[in-house]
Amino acid sequence: MAMINIKIEGISYQVEEGLTILEAAKKCGYEIPSLCAFNHGECNQGSCRVCLVEATGARGLVASCVYPVSEGMEIKISSPAATAARRHSVELLLSNHNMNCQQCDKNGQCELLHVANVTGAREGAFQGVHSETHYDELAPGLVRDTSKCILCGRCIERCKNAHGLGILGFENRGFNTFVSPAENRSFADSPCIQCGQCVNVCPTGALMEHSEISKIDEALAAGKTVIAQAAPAVRAALGEEFGFPIGTPVTGKMAAAMRRLGFTRVYDVNFGADLTIMEEGTELLGRLTNGGTLPMITSCSPGWINYAEYNYGDLLPHLSSCKSPHQMQGAIIKSYWAEQNGIDPKDIFVVSVMPCTAKKFERQRDQLKVNGIDDVDAVITTRELARMIKRAGILFDRLPDEDWDQDIMGDYTGAAVIFGVTGGVMEAALRTVYFKLTGKESEPIEFTAVRGHDAGIREASIDINGTTVNVAIASGMKSAKVLLDEIREGKSKYQFIEIMGCPGGCINGGGQPYVRECFLHGESDDIMDTYKEKRAKALYSEDERLTLRQSHNNPQIVELYEKFLGEPNSHKAHELLHTSYAAREGFNEI
Amino acid sequence: MAKLNAAAAAKIEEICARYTDEKTPLMMILSDIQNEYGYIPLEVQELVSAKTGISVAEIYGVVTFYSFFSLEPKGKYVIGCCLGTACYVKGAQNVIDKFSELLGINPGETTEDGLFTLDALRCIGACGIAPAVSINGKVYPKVTVGQVSEIIDSYRQEATA
Repeated sequence: MAMINIKIEGISYQVEEGLTILEAAKKCGYEIPSLCAFNHGECNQGSCRVCLVEATGARGLVASCVYPVSEGMEIKISSPAATAARRHSVELLLSNHNMNCQQCDKNGQCELLHVANVTGAREGAFQGVHSETHYDELAPGLVRDTSKCILCGRCIERCKNAHGLGILGFENRGFNTFVSPAENRSFADSPCIQCGQCVNVCPTGALMEHSEISKIDEALAAGKTVIAQAAPAVRAALGEEFGFPIGTPVTGKMAAAMRRLGFTRVYDVNFGADLTIMEEGTELLGRLTNGGTLPMITSCSPGWINYAEYNYGDLLPHLSSCKSPHQMQGAIIKSYWAEQNGIDPKDIFVVSVMPCTAKKFERQRDQLKVNGIDDVDAVITTRELARMIKRAGILFDRLPDEDWDQDIMGDYTGAAVIFGVTGGVMEAALRTVYFKLTGKESEPIEFTAVRGHDAGIREASIDINGTTVNVAIASGMKSAKVLLDEIREGKSKYQFIEIMGCPGGCINGGGQPYVRECFLHGESDDIMDTYKEKRAKALYSEDERLTLRQSHNNPQIVELYEKFLGEPNSHKAHELLHTSYAAREGFNEI
Repeated sequence: MAKLNAAAAAKIEEICARYTDEKTPLMMILSDIQNEYGYIPLEVQELVSAKTGISVAEIYGVVTFYSFFSLEPKGKYVIGCCLGTACYVKGAQNVIDKFSELLGINPGETTEDGLFTLDALRCIGACGIAPAVSINGKVYPKVTVGQVSEIIDSYRQEATA
């Protein structure tokens, strides 16, 4: 890479050619306040004008996020003109912003407030009319509030990049411009899969998860038996909300914190993940030996299920009929656990803590109900759990490491932990399928060929007792589409496919803590490239630490089948743990 | 969502096929559809999306950005009153208000009988004859408030003839 000479505030530096001023300045130790620019140009509209600087050779001030450095360029970040211009840009954004910051869940993590702080935009310098507000809270997963939108376009780009979907776009023009699904529809009336990737990149509170904390408060106040369960990926990221470095697993503190929030029981959804492997592995073996529909595709990710129902209605028989782990566990809590504890299922309120916004949609699906009762009554994201912990005044970092409650569903295996990362469900299933076909454990235990931490397709051929099983893994719908189109065209060579909605899997789910360079001063400069890998490592390290690493070796799973379910895919298991799917119209009649 | 009839779907597909070699075909496709049908409803946008790979939201954004494109069917006669600077200072606001009053519709709307649509246009490049009104491509120069009723009547007669 050719190096060029530039000056910043009169001091000489050598930087790579082709960088923007914003990137070059970062390498020289300056963080120019910026807002719309995101993740190495994933979004670079130059629309917010917050990153203005002086640069020789340019007419007037330039937006440093899009203006490239050139040989001999002299850059002034702190000249009076540049400093004032950046402040004015922020003041202009604030003049059309709904500043109810004290009511906004983004408070503390809002990038607009951050740049207002660093640019010194303290006063309401520009007073005037506001654009019309559009508010959408019809979708279970997501809320859109255009009164807080700064029109940066990050959400639009993320939806396209992750999924090739482009649910969101700019509508109308000029002062009337707003971001929405076509026709200003609700997310609920568009083919949005409610994955929440748009929420993950929104700099303000314009896009948020649909909070269900108040439902939990009501259930606790009503004296219900409130049982909370947390998904594998939550432990890999929750610590970030409390100042732990990215990739710090906080399983023990999470259990301790949840117990202190007043739940009757706190469980790990890993038990449900082990149960899923028993059901799904058996289903796969059945399909392989009885000429069932192949390839079979995993069904744990509700974002992916939404995508399939909207776009690939003809391929639904390929989906495993297994409910996702937290739904399975909810169904067991409201049947077996309720029976054992002598509690009416109607008086039990199950809370799932998920790295996901689509799970909020999933839990309301009619197809999941057992005898008219929901498996799960509220889903909160990793971020919402952090909010509850902070609200309760719990000093998270000072908590002791505690165990989950051990009765009935306290055990879990390493196979379950890795559900939270792309390739993890596949590997967990392979560990058990290998045992079922050969009668012995795989050696080594790991199937590293299926591992990864990013979007994109991986494939592997696994030889089990002379039988070759071809598998593929995709995360993000853009990658999934390639595999699905192959099936549709009759060209798929796979027997088993794992698909997760979010790029990288649940570790990068739409309900996970925000990853923002401007708030992460202790992290390395490449954190936007490495955070998924770091979170994935947190899960794989827990898998390695555990003595039980295959779902079929979980003693409480064995006991559950002996005492209650019979065997995997039994009639009772089907009643409680399996579901069905139906094609849906993306833009439905409204 | 209402489905397009087979003939319309075939026509839209044919229009999309005209521009498969273009790098950015959307504006041309939408212009042709607007000219062919007079409007571009969501179900048409869905089909264009399927054919081009451009998201429905992006297409919808383009349709709502340009006033030339319409989401609703337009009337048989589309009355475009120029409200550009020159026409405006020459009294175009009074002219469009008169059209509005006599037709009983606001700019952007269509009469219930489907005969007239009233549009407010930005500069149409006819400043020398301000205020200008354009109806289905025919341009009326230096229109006065007094002429409005006459102009409307002439089209009513043409429609019943």
